[in-house]
Amino acid sequence: MLKSKTGMEDGFLSSVGAGDSTMLEPPTKITALVVDDDTINQMIHHRLLDNLGIRNQVVRNGKEAIDVHCSGKNFDLILMDMEMPVMNGIEATRQLRAMGIRSMIAGVSTNTRERENFMKAGLDDYQEKPLTTSKLVSILHKVHKDG
Amino acid sequence: MDRNHLKRQVDFMKRSFLDQGYLDEQFIQLEELQDDDNPNFVEEIVTLFFNDSARLLQNIEQALVSGPIDFAKLDNYMHQFKGSSSSIGAKRVKDECTRFKEYCTAGNAEGCFRTFVQVKQEHATLRTKLETYFQLARQAGPPGTSRGQVR
Repeated sequence: MLKSKTGMEDGFLSSVGAGDSTMLEPPTKITALVVDDDTINQMIHHRLLDNLGIRNQVVRNGKEAIDVHCSGKNFDLILMDMEMPVMNGIEATRQLRAMGIRSMIAGVSTNTRERENFMKAGLDDYQEKPLTTSKLVSILHKVHKDG
Repeated sequence: MDRNHLKRQVDFMKRSFLDQGYLDEQFIQLEELQDDDNPNFVEEIVTLFFNDSARLLQNIEQALVSGPIDFAKLDNYMHQFKGSSSSIGAKRVKDECTRFKEYCTAGNAEGCFRTFVQVKQEHATLRTKLETYFQLARQAGPPGTSRGQVR
């Protein structure tokens, strides 16, 4: 059973279905990469992940996401924004898959028109912004199952 | 005693913002992310939003008043602004952004001008309301005891 930092083992997490003890690996095992150009979303996604005990890194666009993988890092989960300068989420997803990256990539966006293209680029999941703990938990369910 | 009274006031204020549509569920989601290690998370995010958005609004204003209107550029700016507004739960601001974008898509300059006035107004109103809210919340004490808890 997941406890939040204050020791409240309850309420919020179990209400979003996080109560199942077989659901998640011990939190410290899962790592994530946040790819988003917007500072507010970066802060929110970082905090959402921190709150669930998931170590995470934040980069500002698709190119930085590629670079961080080229430097040898790997992540269980990538939260990929779609619209970003330098390299957008669709292109970054394509390139990561072409590089052989098998991480769970969840597209996080507001642009419903491009959703299909985004999925085709190699996403495992897609969530509408704004991201919430319950949306994140539903993504994490998939990380565990495929892992 | 006084603290409890303040806490009730804070809660009441928040409720009224939600009821009147100034804020939506996303704001509550952000509050759920606050804890002892991050007691001012929401205020930090909101402050960041108002700083960022002031800049964006200036850019939009510039784009509106200088020369022939580039609707695509305007739409782009507004998309960003709408996204941030949505991320902090600024419902009324977000709704005005949607309206603005519709006028951009329609290439309706007058509509854009009119709606932009509304956007700025909602933005300013929310800013004032939230400044008061956070001031009160700080006086009321640590967020841990004023958040709704399931008991």
